[in-house]
Amino acid sequence: MDWKNIGILIIVAILIVAPLIIFNGHGEDDGYFGGSDDQGGQYIEQNNPNYKVWAAPLWEPPSGEIESLLFCLQAAIGAIIIGFIFGYWYGGKKTKNQQ
Amino acid sequence: MHIMEGYLPPMWCAIWFIISAIVVVYGIMQIKKATAETDDALPLLALSGAFMFILSSLKMPSVSGSCSHPCGNGLGTVFFGPAVTAVLSVIVLLFQAILLAHGGLTTLGANIFSMGIVGPVCGYVVWKALRSMNISAPISIFFTAFVADLMTYVATSVELALAFPGANMGATFVAFLGIFAVTQIPLAIAEGLLTMVIYNYIQDARPDILVKLGVISEQEAGAN
Repeated sequence: MDWKNIGILIIVAILIVAPLIIFNGHGEDDGYFGGSDDQGGQYIEQNNPNYKVWAAPLWEPPSGEIESLLFCLQAAIGAIIIGFIFGYWYGGKKTKNQQ
Repeated sequence: MHIMEGYLPPMWCAIWFIISAIVVVYGIMQIKKATAETDDALPLLALSGAFMFILSSLKMPSVSGSCSHPCGNGLGTVFFGPAVTAVLSVIVLLFQAILLAHGGLTTLGANIFSMGIVGPVCGYVVWKALRSMNISAPISIFFTAFVADLMTYVATSVELALAFPGANMGATFVAFLGIFAVTQIPLAIAEGLLTMVIYNYIQDARPDILVKLGVISEQEAGAN
C-alpha cells in the first residue's frame, strides 16, 4: 500500500519536472511559465479593445514576495488540517486496537 | 480558471452569481444534513476542504510552457456530492480573491460555477458511471478528479467565450480552450493521482466512514 502510493507520487513528480526540463533555459522574459489566468486576461484585452475593465481587486499583494507568502499560508492551512485529521484518525484507531 | 476581477461584463457576473448562489445554499443544507446524521462526516468535510486549499495554491508548470493550478474538487465530490463541493470552493475562492487578487469578488459567481459546480457535476457523473461498472474506488476517483479538474477549465473557457464571443463564438471558445484546457491536461493527471493517494490513506484510516456515506460497500471496506 505504501509503496504503491510512493510510486504514484513519483509519477506526479515526473509530470511536474518534465516541463522544467523540456523548457530548460526559458523563463518569464521569453513568455514561458506565466500563469494561464493572466494569458486569458491578455487575450480578452487584445481581442476586445473596447471592453473596459470595470472592477479592480480591493487589495493586491504589493510584491511577488508577499504573494508567495500568502500562497504558502494557503497551502500551510490546508496541510495542517489534513495532518491533524489523519493523526486524529490513526491515533483513535490505535487506542481502539489496544483496548 | 480564475476569471480576473472586472474581466466579465456585469450581466454575466449577475447570471453566474445567481446560479451559483442557489447551488451553494442547497449545498449548505446538505452539509447540515450530512453532519447531523453522523459526527464522523465533519472531519472528512474539513479534509476535503483542506485538500482543495492545498491543491489550488500549487501553481505547477505544464508541458504547454505556462503554469496553472489543480483544483482539488474531485475529493469532496465523491464523498459529499457536487453541491457541498460548491460550498467548499467558495471558501477557497474568497481567500484567493481577497488576499491574493486571484479571481475576484465580481467574478466570484462565475468562478464558483466552473470550479464548484461544472467540474464537480461532471466528476460525479464519471464516478457514478465507473462505480456502476464495478471499477475499484481508487481507479474511479482518479478519473473523477481528472475530469472534474479538466471540466473546470473547459467551463471557464465557455464562460469567457459567452461573454466575449468576438466575431465567431466557436473560434473564441477554441482560443480560450487553448489557453486554459491544454495547459491543464498534465495537471489534471497529476491531480487525479494526488487525489488517489489521499483517498487510499482515507480508506486505510477510516473505511467505516466511507461505508456510512455510501462511497464504498462493506465488502470493499473489509478487503482493506
